[in-house]
Amino acid sequence: MHGRVKVKSTAQQEEEKRKEREKKLKVYLTVRDAIFKKRSNSELDEEALQLTQQLLASNPDFATLWNYRREIFLHLETVKEEEEMQKLYEAELLFIEACLKVNPKSYGSWHHRGWVSYRLPRPDWKRELVLCDRCLSLDDRNFHCWDYRRLVVKVSGVSVEQELQFTDRLIGSNFSNYSSWHYRSTLLPLLHPQPASDPAPACQKHTHTPTVPTASPQTHGHRVCEEQLLKEYELVQNAVFTDPNDQSAWFYYRWLLGRAEREEVISCVYVSREGERVAVAFSKPVNVVSLMLVLDGQPQQQVEWRSVHPRFRHSPVWLCELPPSSISDINNEHNLTVHWMEKHTQRDCALYTGRTESWCRDSATDQELFRSELSVEKTSVLQSELQSCTQLLELEPQNKWCLLTIILLMRALDPLGHEKETLAHFQTLKEVDPMRSSYYSDLCSKFLIENTILKMEYAEVRVFSLSDKNLSTLCHLDQLLLVTHINLCSNQLMKLPPQFAMLHCLEVLEADDNAIENLEGLYHLPNLEEVSLKNNQISKISDLSPLATCPKLTRLDLRGNPVTKTADIEAELAKLLPSLTDLLL
Amino acid sequence: MAADNLPSEFDVIILGTGLTESVIAAACSRVGLRVLHLDRRNYYAGNWASFTFNGLLSWIEEYKAQQQTPSTTSEQGWNDQIEDEEEVVFLSSVDSSISNLEVFSYASDKSEDDELLNSPVVGSLPKAAEEMNGCHKEAQDLGSSSACTQGDGDPHNLEVKNQDSCLSEESKKTDQQPIRSPEQAVEVKKKITYAMLLKEGRRFNIDLMSKLLYSRGLLVDLLIKSNVSRYAEFKNISCILTCHNGKVEQVPCSRADVFGSKQLTVVEKRMLMKFLTFCLDFEQHQEEFKDFTEIPFLEFLKCKNLTENLQHFILHSIAMVSQDSPTINGLKATQHFLRCLGRYGNTPFLFPLYGLGEIPQCFCRMCAVFGGIYCLRHSVQCLVVDKESGKCKAVIDTHGQRISCSHFVVEDSYIRDDQRMQTTYKKISRAVVITDRSILPSQSDHQISLVTVPPLEPSSPAVRMVELSSFSMTCMPGTYLVHLTCSSSGSAHEDLAPVVSRLFHVPSSCTEESIQGSEENEKPVVLWAMYFNMRDTSGFENSSYNLPSNVHVCTGPDDSLGSDYSINLAELVFHQLLPDEEFCPPAPNPEDIIYDGDQGEGAIFEGDSQKEEAVIEGEDGSQAHKQHGATCSSEPAESTDSIGHEILTEYDIQSPPLGNSP
Repeated sequence: MHGRVKVKSTAQQEEEKRKEREKKLKVYLTVRDAIFKKRSNSELDEEALQLTQQLLASNPDFATLWNYRREIFLHLETVKEEEEMQKLYEAELLFIEACLKVNPKSYGSWHHRGWVSYRLPRPDWKRELVLCDRCLSLDDRNFHCWDYRRLVVKVSGVSVEQELQFTDRLIGSNFSNYSSWHYRSTLLPLLHPQPASDPAPACQKHTHTPTVPTASPQTHGHRVCEEQLLKEYELVQNAVFTDPNDQSAWFYYRWLLGRAEREEVISCVYVSREGERVAVAFSKPVNVVSLMLVLDGQPQQQVEWRSVHPRFRHSPVWLCELPPSSISDINNEHNLTVHWMEKHTQRDCALYTGRTESWCRDSATDQELFRSELSVEKTSVLQSELQSCTQLLELEPQNKWCLLTIILLMRALDPLGHEKETLAHFQTLKEVDPMRSSYYSDLCSKFLIENTILKMEYAEVRVFSLSDKNLSTLCHLDQLLLVTHINLCSNQLMKLPPQFAMLHCLEVLEADDNAIENLEGLYHLPNLEEVSLKNNQISKISDLSPLATCPKLTRLDLRGNPVTKTADIEAELAKLLPSLTDLLL
Repeated sequence: MAADNLPSEFDVIILGTGLTESVIAAACSRVGLRVLHLDRRNYYAGNWASFTFNGLLSWIEEYKAQQQTPSTTSEQGWNDQIEDEEEVVFLSSVDSSISNLEVFSYASDKSEDDELLNSPVVGSLPKAAEEMNGCHKEAQDLGSSSACTQGDGDPHNLEVKNQDSCLSEESKKTDQQPIRSPEQAVEVKKKITYAMLLKEGRRFNIDLMSKLLYSRGLLVDLLIKSNVSRYAEFKNISCILTCHNGKVEQVPCSRADVFGSKQLTVVEKRMLMKFLTFCLDFEQHQEEFKDFTEIPFLEFLKCKNLTENLQHFILHSIAMVSQDSPTINGLKATQHFLRCLGRYGNTPFLFPLYGLGEIPQCFCRMCAVFGGIYCLRHSVQCLVVDKESGKCKAVIDTHGQRISCSHFVVEDSYIRDDQRMQTTYKKISRAVVITDRSILPSQSDHQISLVTVPPLEPSSPAVRMVELSSFSMTCMPGTYLVHLTCSSSGSAHEDLAPVVSRLFHVPSSCTEESIQGSEENEKPVVLWAMYFNMRDTSGFENSSYNLPSNVHVCTGPDDSLGSDYSINLAELVFHQLLPDEEFCPPAPNPEDIIYDGDQGEGAIFEGDSQKEEAVIEGEDGSQAHKQHGATCSSEPAESTDSIGHEILTEYDIQSPPLGNSP
């Protein structure tokens, strides 16, 4: 054939490339050594700027060189005019831009850019915003750029409205973006805060005084007014119907549905005449330092508060012993008041004549305790959200996000009424997402316990029974402070955790047919008399040692546990638990 | 250099510079064949060409002239070059691939200065004047294609006609002046006149054939593979629209579109996404469609419980197949569409800046770079066929020179009817419309839109429409260039005029456009329109022609949106010529080329392109520069180079649309 263009062979090309690389490396190393030498001689001159620039241009992740440059700039600031520095810094910004093109995720470059922008005598924040927008349009998940952008927005005072529109735009172009959704969640409460008085429906906009988004929702009141919430629900719905497997929108949805924080209050005060003891329960775990007990008008300065188990520094239940004989006479009536000094809150409790114990509390039903996990109060809103999720589930019966959200909505609406459906959905969840089946089991256990607590309170009894429900974990035990009988038979429990010590009034424990190997929580339960632990996994005598702290324990059933095979078991137990009268092995 | 200085021997002679021929030329030249590439026209790309507005008017003139003077074949001077054992096969000297050309102008012809001067006077003109010159359309409908274009083809004629109409329009304007707000006044000033179209005519690049590039179509792959992409710039189509329930709506085709769509309910969004996800790898889900493969796609869509809305979007705008095409075709088309999404942007299509005519020229440039020789306004009168072998040995060019070749590649329009096995053709109906605003008013003006228009009546064809803004470098600022395409069932005007009048405001008289507040006024106003039919020979194979076996006919362009047909054909022909050679391997980087003075091959880059330029200038003389694209092959490409081209590579997939608007 004629006229063919001769092309260098690949081997030839490779060789050339290799030589090229070697040459480059040599230059690089020489320059690097020169820079280090200059730095150790504390030479802060423009030649050093040039040398470092040379290297950083090809390797912008060389943090030491950026540090050196900063040292040089700080020095130059002391000898040069402001105008000159402005020019130098502007040139530096251009240079960093070039570096970002080499590596858009270079920590060093972004950090240096922030530093230079702050040092710049007359910063041009608009240009920085444009730069960020361009970067994000190329890679909308570049978190370095997001960080830098937040910095720019903060110092340049971009209004929240503009920023919200910015997230609109980014979510519009690609909604699989945690950064955008999260940013939105920080902006909305600032722009459309929930009015202070709850029932007011109107949206109050801060249109006149643009605030600067600085705080994250964790530190701010993060509720959003209802009108805006409805718009957000719609947006999220569009996202989850478009791609139900994209978790970023579901996470945002969870945030929208809210996670109400409970007020910190004393939820229960219990007093036992016989034990001369007071137990106080709080709405959430606290580290009590400033409780004041007033008995019949007399402040009891000397009482010592302790949590239910030495493992807890924070606990929702705290106990104290009253001075001996202060309430032991059954013919006396006593009035107790517990003051929580920090929170300026208190709770009274009267112990009437002839009573051995008394309590005063908010019940879980009164508090709507387990609904408050979603902060949206409006049932109608929740109802319509549930409807659209159910609709989605019909189209995508296997979608875990949808299933989980439906469960949450059902719980918020009517936990007992939806119990059956909820359990069915949990079953599906475990099947479609086996990797997280233990998580779902725990969550399901939690909801079952909540439901049982509600049922117990409606029935106004002190018996908690939840057998044969595949419980994998125990929770909300602080709510069981007054329970005297508990039945947890035929579940999958592996331990009675330290929190179990909150069941301060417990007399009878039935936990047969589980996989319990640890009894840590049976600790200082003053009224515990009977413990049935048939067919569990208790294997060592030492595992039973917590029982020694329960003074009234008389009956213990350990049949079907490995520990019964231990030699001398009876003698050992007699030593450990002298009060036992009834031991079944 | 005179024509008879052409070398007398080539490996391949290629007649016609359309896409297929140009790709073959580039491929042959690239692997070292000596290529002579000819075109009888004075512009490149044949029916793939793009014209300036003025260039198009000249093209219309030429068409008209050709209709009037029947051609005569002259056999003289070269008979002695034919030997006894040879016979000649004549080629057609006229191009009859275009028919039914009709032109309509609605733009007023008045410069702004004139308007200002005249307005007080004209304001008092009697109404009768407007009636008189109201529209050309009626006049044109009377005549056949050639007759009706007579007046309009000539810019001068138009000027005169429009002058009157504009006067009357002016009278309206003056009448309404008192109630106009200042803003409206400004808008009126911007009104595009015919004179402005002429004056700014160089800003137009009007494609004869309207196509887009599928981001993962054969053409884009070839452009990347062969490095020809470096000669052109591209822009991503910004949105896909459809005409649905009488309204123009955006088609949600990407994930972001579906998310943002206001027309779909959330359930529809889910259904659509689910269906599209299924289509992406439908082969993996045989059970879903195996009972439907031969059943119409529409039935399948219905069966999938897709709403009427979604059926429309998928059938007409995504799969872009007809209602009765089988499911398997619909699924494949949908899959292709989806695979093309996201490579360069949110739609699956690219458009070459400066018009589709750039693409064949890019391949011609590539051919020239590797030594191909180009002559425009230079054709072949007849083939010299060896009686014994039945093969074409040589050709006699228009100058009577005999040039030998081992292969002859020719565009279909050069073939005479007596060499065809059948002389009935499919046709493509085309309309080119210049309007004053975009069909989707809310858009920014940077857009290129594809609009699918399903059949207005059950019997009428589905129409494909591409609306180009001035950012595509194909029309002047303030105007939009709209291409309509469908396979013909009647004349182009019969097929497409109903769509034009549905989507645009076609002034029935030039005065009407100034009526304020009417609903018609919301639609874009047609300033100028052209209708014509183009022969669609894409169904023909080599066996459809009675020609020597080493003559390869290039058929097409076909009526589909992409160019796969033409690229496939080019590759097929190339492999018939050279079964063992690679088709368009990547051009080497300039730095990897060994320059070897003795062999003279290294100098190809400078030397040959100059040589080839000289040939063309010798051939065309001063006329060479008359038309855009009529100069040497490297020039059109260079004009885009100077804007700074972006090279189409795989790296660009993540980046924003190619060819950032200059």
